[in-house]
Amino acid sequence: MAVNKALKSEFSSPQSVRRRIRDAKEFLIRSILFLCATSSVLITFGVVWTLLKEAWPFFQEVSLKNFFFDKEWTPLFENPQYGILNLISGTFLTTLIALSVAIPLGTITAVFLSEYASSRVREFLKPVLELLAAVPTVVYGYFALLFVTPLLQVIFPSLSSFNALSAGLVMGVMIIPYVSSLSEDAMRAVPVYLREGSLALGASNLQTSFKVIVPSAFSGIASAYVLGISRALGETMVVAIAAGLQPKISLNPFESTQTLTAYIVQVSQGDLPHGSIGYKTIYVAGVVLLCFTLIFNMIGQKVRSHMEKKYK
Amino acid sequence: MSSLDKVSVINVNQQVARLKRQDALFWIVGLMTLLFALVTLTSLIVDMAISGWPRITQSFFFSFPSRFPERAGIYSAWVGSLCVVLVTAMMAIPLGVASGVYLEEYSKKNFWTKIIEINILNLAGIPSITYGLMALGFFVYYMKLGQTIITAGMTLGLLILPIIIVTTREAIRTVPSHIREASYSLGATKWQTVWNHILPYSSGGILTGVVIALSRAIGETAPLITVGALTFIAFLPTSPISAEPPFVSGQWLHDPYTVMPIQMFNWVSRPQEEFHVNAAAAGLVLLTMTLLLNGAAIFIRYRFRKKYKW
Repeated sequence: MAVNKALKSEFSSPQSVRRRIRDAKEFLIRSILFLCATSSVLITFGVVWTLLKEAWPFFQEVSLKNFFFDKEWTPLFENPQYGILNLISGTFLTTLIALSVAIPLGTITAVFLSEYASSRVREFLKPVLELLAAVPTVVYGYFALLFVTPLLQVIFPSLSSFNALSAGLVMGVMIIPYVSSLSEDAMRAVPVYLREGSLALGASNLQTSFKVIVPSAFSGIASAYVLGISRALGETMVVAIAAGLQPKISLNPFESTQTLTAYIVQVSQGDLPHGSIGYKTIYVAGVVLLCFTLIFNMIGQKVRSHMEKKYK
Repeated sequence: MSSLDKVSVINVNQQVARLKRQDALFWIVGLMTLLFALVTLTSLIVDMAISGWPRITQSFFFSFPSRFPERAGIYSAWVGSLCVVLVTAMMAIPLGVASGVYLEEYSKKNFWTKIIEINILNLAGIPSITYGLMALGFFVYYMKLGQTIITAGMTLGLLILPIIIVTTREAIRTVPSHIREASYSLGATKWQTVWNHILPYSSGGILTGVVIALSRAIGETAPLITVGALTFIAFLPTSPISAEPPFVSGQWLHDPYTVMPIQMFNWVSRPQEEFHVNAAAAGLVLLTMTLLLNGAAIFIRYRFRKKYKW
């Protein structure tokens, strides 16, 4: 009876009914938000699972030995060969060219913005520089094919009209802001007293930048480099438009080449029946690409967490 | 002063002069580097404007693609882009903001939260074409959604989700904790605090992130090629509003489509030079859109920073 009475009074009191409704509402909202946050994990699983599932049948037909050691990558020909190294070689060639532009220029830009430029100049130039990363990649592809390649052909007449060089160079310019922005953040996170200490000992601005600031911020800078690498590995439209469609194991930047991503674009432009060999091979290329980028992402995160520990 | 001291003073002076020269030199090198990047950007815009400008006429915006370059236009492309981005926004904004709010305001520092955080960083690093492959396997063939606007919109939605989550979290983090404490001390619940205070105060930052993410989605090409955007579409999606009941229709979600970047890619990859002019014109339109959106984002950030001072 007593319990009943207590319950009754609890329920009849409008305030506590309101409280219960409110608590239920809070719980509901919390659960919905949690589900949203969790969905990103599901997306990752979705990506990995789909790629592996669709690529799996390929390896039941093609042995790993052929996959790694065939001389050519011609999966759609009469006598198909599946030498993935041809595509990997193209991917790494363009990435290498892009990095040899983006890393030096990005680092110098970052040092300049962080240590030399006044705060007003920096506030203006940083967003402008970030526009480089905002330009759609298909526009960069157009630029590489119809502006940079003809320009380079004036200097190197032997340059073929589709080549790894101009694709890589343009990709490099596109990646500069990724490198410079993160590096600059890392450099500005270096405590001011290190800077002041070095300058007080009579070091010049340049010496301070490269002997104190850059080494102290190096893990942050390195993670910017890693981000640049994974951008370059996964970049698609520039290489699909300007680098050509000929997969081959070669380090000659003047020739046409093909990357993993460009291969995927080339094949998926045609009509792709589910389960055909073309369909399977684009997933295989996708899995290889995903492996590379995941490895580089993980290295990047390791390096970054190392930096965060250092300055806490 | 002994003669030895004199020598060392001269040496020091020389040394200082040398260092100053190096400093000045690096200043010039840094400026040149920055200028190089900016000159590249400018020459890209100017080159495209010079080749494309003559094609920017009203009929270019309202013609369908054609085999004859001078008759081809971008009507189906920009309408398609608009529809796809609409689906993308409807999917990515609520999901992204909700995730950001959960991670910043609700989650405790535990294993699961850490997994989610690492995972979001990883997602942001996955190449966009991988999302396209996933969408082809999952949306097109597994869920049987076909090569339609809804597939494209969802694909791009997943792609920009990490950007929205990360910027939402950063925006929320700038709201000082005394705002929360004041709200709680007046008896507000968590959600009331979030809805009435945290979200309004961080809306500038969130909006900036959303605009940047959408401009990325507009320019994205590769994932849509894999899910089979068509390049030659001479009709528009079904109108969402009709004169007969039930007046609104979702049929447009299931229509085939093409988007601006794909139209441009198609024109660039043709050998005839006349089509390259069209590509430049389409590129100019695309570039104008992304630069305008990015300008808007910078403006929003600036406006809101002025509005709230803590």
